[in-house]
Amino acid sequence: MSDVLIKISGLYKVFGKNPQEALAQVKAGKTKDELLVETSHTLGLEDINLEINRGEIFVVMGLSGSGKSTLIRHFNRLIDPTAGSITIDGVDVMGLSSSELREFRRHKISMVFQRFGLLPHKTVQENVAFGLKVQNIGKVERLEKAGKWLQDVGLSGYENQFPSQLSGGQQQRVGLARALCTDADILLMDEAFSALDPLIRSEMQDQLIDLQERLQKTIVFITHDLDEALRLGDRIAILRDGKVVQVGEPKDILLNPADDYVESFVKDVNRARALTVETVMKAPKYRITADTIGEALAQMKTLKSDYGYYVSDEGYQGVVTQESLEQALKAGSEESDTKDSVVDDVPVLSTQDLLENVLPETLDNAHPLAVVSEDGKLEGQLSRGEIAKVLGNN
Amino acid sequence: MSLSWLTEFPEMDRSDLLAIRKTLDAAYRDFSRSYGDAIESVFDPLLRFLVWFEQLLLNTPWLIIIAVILTIVYRASRAWKLTVGVAISLGLIGYFGMWDDTMRTLSIITVCTLLSIVLGIPIGILMSGSKRIQGIVTPILDVMQTMPAFVYLIPVVMLLGIGKIPGVIAVVIYAIPPVIRLTNLGIRLVDKEVLEASAAYGANRWQTLWGVQMPLAMPTIMAGINQTIMMALAMVVIASMIGVKGLGQPVLKAITNQYFTLGLFNGLAIVALAIIFDRVSQAYAKRAQRHLGGDHHE
Ligand SMILES: Nc1ncnc2c1ncn2[C@@H]1O[C@H](COP(=O)(O)OP(=O)(O)O)[C@@H](O)[C@H]1O
Ligand SMILES: [Mg+2]
Repeated sequence: MSDVLIKISGLYKVFGKNPQEALAQVKAGKTKDELLVETSHTLGLEDINLEINRGEIFVVMGLSGSGKSTLIRHFNRLIDPTAGSITIDGVDVMGLSSSELREFRRHKISMVFQRFGLLPHKTVQENVAFGLKVQNIGKVERLEKAGKWLQDVGLSGYENQFPSQLSGGQQQRVGLARALCTDADILLMDEAFSALDPLIRSEMQDQLIDLQERLQKTIVFITHDLDEALRLGDRIAILRDGKVVQVGEPKDILLNPADDYVESFVKDVNRARALTVETVMKAPKYRITADTIGEALAQMKTLKSDYGYYVSDEGYQGVVTQESLEQALKAGSEESDTKDSVVDDVPVLSTQDLLENVLPETLDNAHPLAVVSEDGKLEGQLSRGEIAKVLGNN
Repeated sequence: MSLSWLTEFPEMDRSDLLAIRKTLDAAYRDFSRSYGDAIESVFDPLLRFLVWFEQLLLNTPWLIIIAVILTIVYRASRAWKLTVGVAISLGLIGYFGMWDDTMRTLSIITVCTLLSIVLGIPIGILMSGSKRIQGIVTPILDVMQTMPAFVYLIPVVMLLGIGKIPGVIAVVIYAIPPVIRLTNLGIRLVDKEVLEASAAYGANRWQTLWGVQMPLAMPTIMAGINQTIMMALAMVVIASMIGVKGLGQPVLKAITNQYFTLGLFNGLAIVALAIIFDRVSQAYAKRAQRHLGGDHHE
């Protein structure tokens, strides 16, 4: 179903004078610590196997020193592996000659750095155009394109400033615009937001999500912050001492941590802030589809319920209860529109809402609330019992 | 048994030492006899340029020279005070009868500095790219900087005789190490993440060198050039011993004849030149690199 864009298999990286020999010892079962003490080689990555799908934000998370930066630098071969293969869009990256590798980096893959990595002597616009300049694209053309991307990241007006005149968040927007400016399919982001203040960081996350919705890049995002990982990641890989200990969707990581290490991360996470309604909602039970009150009442009776979600051809319309239907019947006739008996003031949840934001409404209502997708379709229901269960077993 | 080797260093036999010296001297003399002319002709274009430039400075009316220098000073530094200071210094130099010598010195310093830059920066770049080259060049630079200048004047004079070219060579040997060292250092100090960015966007070595490394190393390289100019000026007096005309010769004459005032005036003229070069190159460097220094706001 999903389209694998990046495939990494059997990847090892050993730092030191004689990596191949040390690798043999690792394969024979030596741990990272033993290797360091006995041979003074550092085991950077151990037997990494990953598949990253086209169009997803794939987050790699782990503590400092767990090998995240080492891993991400293998995707564009800023670091060469000691063993293993890297295939991107069908191309064996390890097989590229140095000039092929340069072309690959120019067009296929771009990168955003933790401390921005901007050229201090170039203006913001020239920085954004850097990738195009390297491709020998003419000045007028590259600056024009850079200007467009600057606008997209919300920095128009800053074209002729120098990086040192910008705040950290603004500088990273320049870094992001530079990465987008080459139209590469793949974006590598190594702790791109870690150097920023929490407030700015959250703004940048929002911006990245917005951009991604439009651009549908494949993003490999590195972070040491689980909240950030949960917020951005379609899938998350957790790295520990150079090994992948779990790969999964945010809710898998949160609800079924693979081991104690992952569990210790997850423990401190505010699930209400990390999970969306979608991940915990249940299928809607009481769906009323009849357009007249008479039929609706009949339908409710068969469902053995005193309330239901009225859904017409145009999607979800609202909650009707036995009481509201009967009142409408008294006022009108069996032929009246079901729509007229929808109960006012019953909140509706959206699939993308964070639990935190829907907590008050959900707890206030005795009935489960309807969950609706962006195009108005009824997707599920969320009861206060469900929420209590998810938030309770921390 | 005598214990004289304890109190007196067990020296090499006198006659052996003499033989070594004789052989080396003879060998070098033969070398310079057979190749001296060829080597001299290699330097011919340089000599012609040197003479042309000196004549240009000497023959151009002083007012025009001052106007040109002041324009350069102002455009490089954008500082009025400095420009006025330079104008006054040049005025005094001319008034005290040192104009021609100053022009000669100016010409040789300019040529030596350009030569040091043209030779030194590529060497520094090569050093920065390879640990091995750095390991070879660094001790050579150490020797060049610590060897008394008089010592390497000898082979240069033996090879090329007395005159402008040997003078230029001596000055360049003495003054070139800072450019080389600081080019190497500057490039090695370039932020690793910026270099990674350059590689990550597919820049080749040439693009990385000229688009990233050199511009970011420029403040350090400029500091090296500045030191080189200062050292070249300091060498001018010594170079005058082998026939380089300019402010050094009156100083030399003043030393041998004990003319204190003559020495002082010419010495002050050298100081004035040094200050002009120093301030102008520093002001220029500062202005050119105002964005490199972190959070400086214009
Ligand atoms: N160039 C290197 N030489 C030796 N060891 C290295 C090198 N780069 C990284 N390492 C080691 O590899 C491990 C992973 O580092 P890194 O990938 O930077 O971790 P992270 O980005 O997760 O903080 C660390 O133990 C680090 O010391
Ligand atoms: Mg890192």
